[in-house]
Amino acid sequence: MSHIVIDKERCKGCYLCIEECPKKLLKVGKDVNSLGVHLVEFDDPNHECLGCAMCATRCPDMAITEVYKG
Amino acid sequence: MTTLTQTFKIPESIKKGSKFSFCPGCDHGVAVRLVAEVLDELGLREKTIAVASIGCSVTLYDFLEVDSLEAPHGRALAEATGIKRARPDKFVFTYQGDGDFASIGMAESMHCALRGENVTAICINNTTYGMTGGQLGPTTLIGQVTTTSPTGRNVEYYGYPIKIAEHIALCDGTAYSARVSLDTVPNIRKAKAAIKKAFEIQQQGLGFSFVEILATCPTNWKKSPQKAHERVREEMMPIYKPGIYKDITANN
Ligand SMILES: Cc1ncc(C[n+]2csc(CCOP(=O)(O)OP(=O)(O)O)c2C)c(N)n1
Ligand code: SF4
Ligand SMILES: [Mg+2]
Repeated sequence: MSHIVIDKERCKGCYLCIEECPKKLLKVGKDVNSLGVHLVEFDDPNHECLGCAMCATRCPDMAITEVYKG
Repeated sequence: MTTLTQTFKIPESIKKGSKFSFCPGCDHGVAVRLVAEVLDELGLREKTIAVASIGCSVTLYDFLEVDSLEAPHGRALAEATGIKRARPDKFVFTYQGDGDFASIGMAESMHCALRGENVTAICINNTTYGMTGGQLGPTTLIGQVTTTSPTGRNVEYYGYPIKIAEHIALCDGTAYSARVSLDTVPNIRKAKAAIKKAFEIQQQGLGFSFVEILATCPTNWKKSPQKAHERVREEMMPIYKPGIYKDITANN
């Protein structure tokens, strides 16, 4: 199942990934990291993720550390 | 069970556990990652000596798993020249801001290109001095408000901004000069291809190779990272047109 891995401590909350996802699977979450940043959340209940890595390519901080397609 | 293919990972050439010190949404992070991906793909990590410059990328050596030196402001290509001449077997590149490259370092940069030194320069053009608080720089656009041009850059007082990639292309020692943008994912991919081409030109010993990367500085532009990319598209790209301005390996 295609999916992404987020490193919570790398996310600075720029939210550039959110508009990049073609399936709109990313959103601002409730959890906060040590920077005080509301983390990006990956929410894919219907397994729509394409594994395209658009989000990770856009992320300036490599907070999306891994992307898998399959 | 379906087999999974990994389509993204942190490049090997990024130091394990390191985190970028750039502001949220700053394109410097994308540019450094692309450089690391290309170092990985070309297998250059073990033979690279990088030259860091003064600006927001000053601690580049903290992020890249390669041997590095820090250059005084603007002098990265003078340092790179010395390193490459002493060790022509090494892969040598600089990573510089627009202020570093084209203001205080203009003489070093142009003469390095004119000498045709077999090194690569990456220049991040964010139309300002990011690190020091957003002053007017050589690439600040006409009308652009900065901390030292509070009513906008006016030609009468400051003169015109420089189109770096075009000027470097005019130097006879230049083998490759391109301008790319990081405003969209397709353009990020093109930027990576240009960095790769520039690095290959050095591997082939063809002369000076150069990539100018249009990038955001959301903090000093006082824009959200999203609006900052809109500015790159709407205000920067019409003046600083992306393209390959010189490539001596192209058939024409
Ligand atoms: C000799 C000298 N003069 C001035 C400075 C102050 N200074 C530090 S960074 C910088 C400008 C950096 O701008 P740029 O190269 O565009 O990099 P950016 O931070 O925008 O990526 C200046 C003027 C310095 N460190 N050394
Ligand atoms: S000041 Fe500007 S260029 Fe420097 S890290 Fe922040 S956003 Fe990036
Ligand atoms: Mg700059």
